[in-house]
Amino acid sequence: MAPRRSFCSAHLLEDAVTVSVTRLFMIGVVLVSTLTVATQVAAHDDSQSADPMAQRVEACTACHGAEGVELEDGYVPRIHGKPAGYLYNQLVNYQAYRRRNRSMNHMVAHLSHEYLYEIADYFAAQRAPYPAPAAPPGPELAERGEQLVHQGDEQAGVPACAACHGDHLTGVQPNTPGLIGLPRQYIMAQLGAWQVGTRHAAAPDCMAKITQRLDGRDVEAVAAWLAAQPIPDDTRPVANAIVDPPLACGSVSAPES
Amino acid sequence: MFRNRVFVLASLTLALVTGAASAADQATVERGEYLARLGNCAGCHTAPGGADYAGGLALASDYGTFVTPNITADPKTGIGDWSADDFYAAMHDGERADGSPMYPACPYPNYTHVPRDDIDAIYAYLRSVPAVEKRHGDHELGFPYRYRSLLNVWQMLYFDAGEIENAPDESRDWNRGRELVQGLGHCDACHRARARLGATDDAEDAPGAMIHGWYAPPLSDPDQAGLQHLDVAETAAFLQSGKREHAAMMGPMADVVFESLQYMDDDDARAMATYLKAIPTVSVESPLRLIRMTDNGRRQAMTRGKEIYADRCAGCHGDNGEGREGAPALADNRVVTMDNPINAANMIRQGGFAAATQGNPRPHGMPPFYDLDGRDLAAIMTYIRGSWGNDAAPVTATNLQR
Repeated sequence: MAPRRSFCSAHLLEDAVTVSVTRLFMIGVVLVSTLTVATQVAAHDDSQSADPMAQRVEACTACHGAEGVELEDGYVPRIHGKPAGYLYNQLVNYQAYRRRNRSMNHMVAHLSHEYLYEIADYFAAQRAPYPAPAAPPGPELAERGEQLVHQGDEQAGVPACAACHGDHLTGVQPNTPGLIGLPRQYIMAQLGAWQVGTRHAAAPDCMAKITQRLDGRDVEAVAAWLAAQPIPDDTRPVANAIVDPPLACGSVSAPES
Repeated sequence: MFRNRVFVLASLTLALVTGAASAADQATVERGEYLARLGNCAGCHTAPGGADYAGGLALASDYGTFVTPNITADPKTGIGDWSADDFYAAMHDGERADGSPMYPACPYPNYTHVPRDDIDAIYAYLRSVPAVEKRHGDHELGFPYRYRSLLNVWQMLYFDAGEIENAPDESRDWNRGRELVQGLGHCDACHRARARLGATDDAEDAPGAMIHGWYAPPLSDPDQAGLQHLDVAETAAFLQSGKREHAAMMGPMADVVFESLQYMDDDDARAMATYLKAIPTVSVESPLRLIRMTDNGRRQAMTRGKEIYADRCAGCHGDNGEGREGAPALADNRVVTMDNPINAANMIRQGGFAAATQGNPRPHGMPPFYDLDGRDLAAIMTYIRGSWGNDAAPVTATNLQR
């Protein structure tokens, strides 16, 4: 089945809070990534058409891509290979309107928690290829981004992203997502959504606290730096659970219900 | 010593009596929960993402926007200070605890048919759910509907309180089914147009009504939502699972299945199906007039629709609209060919999953096609309404505007 994704960006704009991005930059990214993705899609075109679960979730892959996201769909995140607990929590959060996006709220409205977990588990097991990384940001942004991701900002009370999301930023089982292979705009939109309260995680919501301590330039720096990272050889989430998170975090251990 | 024994015996007796009473209370609460689900009280009295029964859902109507009240037991913002009699007066007479009349946005013209015992059980259940302090704004109604006292006149003209009398010539199932469909289930509140000032249109050929942007088609017409052509067992299973071969309930009806009908026990499902099957069959005209199209316009739309269909729809629904597992056939599909095209258009635009139920635990989902502009959407609609033996009138973009 040919991928039909062009419509996804527009209606997902509701997720895009506090985003001010230069379009030109994205066009550059698109040009770089289009070739790669086009090749991948061609290579995997009919590999899953007989999988009954793949058929059930065509409503999901219409935007999230049966073969992963394309970077030009700037607001649609990669969901393949993320920890099942994380994906499940997001689906439940959409159902309970702790995350708001018209399309996602509608899609999960009348699905059981058991089925939502099955869908989460299905995508967690998918090993779709990653898109090529975005072009790196300018040196100042890159420096600030790398600092926040790997060292944090002690003065501002911001822990390093890597402290929870894994040294290689590939996520940690069972509930902490990887941060690589995500579109820059999506990352910015999520941090912004936490800042303005349209995205919530289980209490205590550590990400809400952390994002309050970031300014607009920090958000831009983190997103631009993360989106430009090369993909490590092993993209699997770290198996060992986070033992001692720098901030109290409700969603570190058990899936929310 | 003896005294002690008497005391122990007395305590034991007391404990047994209390135990029996609380078991009875518990049974009442459980019965109330079942009934509240059948009435789908939470469907209106729970806001998206809000606490159960704490109200706050906005209901758009011709008269303005109603905001559903908090019906948890919170004394300040809910109905915690209502007695069982107050609650009965609301359900049976459309009268609030302060004596003022209720707007018929709450379907008490249906609930008035519910027996007192059932209303008491629902009351007991609502008092058992966590009380939530949550105040909401007033209804935002146009002139003169905002004057609540006018409802006294409305009730005098259009509302008759009282249970339905048993029809001795009809079966037990039919009678129970009628009680559910016309009473607690309040199916007519959506599946029947409202005529004069919000009163339900009681003409036999009354059309359906719009709810949340979807058309709830009439239950009297088997070409629309009527179920007269199915076996009772088929309909019962359809109501509980939301799915049957080549069809699934979508839109607000999927919510009803998910929140309410899937919990209906087999006896009640059979009764509801029995009554629905027995509703006299009528051919009902749609209240939406389709704009006529020229032959040339229709030909162009068919050509354009065929192209888009091949590109975006045929992968799941088949080259000849034959469908596949999880993707219903579009040939000979009454949602597609119904006079009123809005539901099929909504499905294309919004996509979505059928309700996950015991009978359909892992539903398929349809992708949304938000990107289609009005003309292309109308072209696809025209094509699927006029192909593979379907013979329904073409649809213009104007008819699909909202």
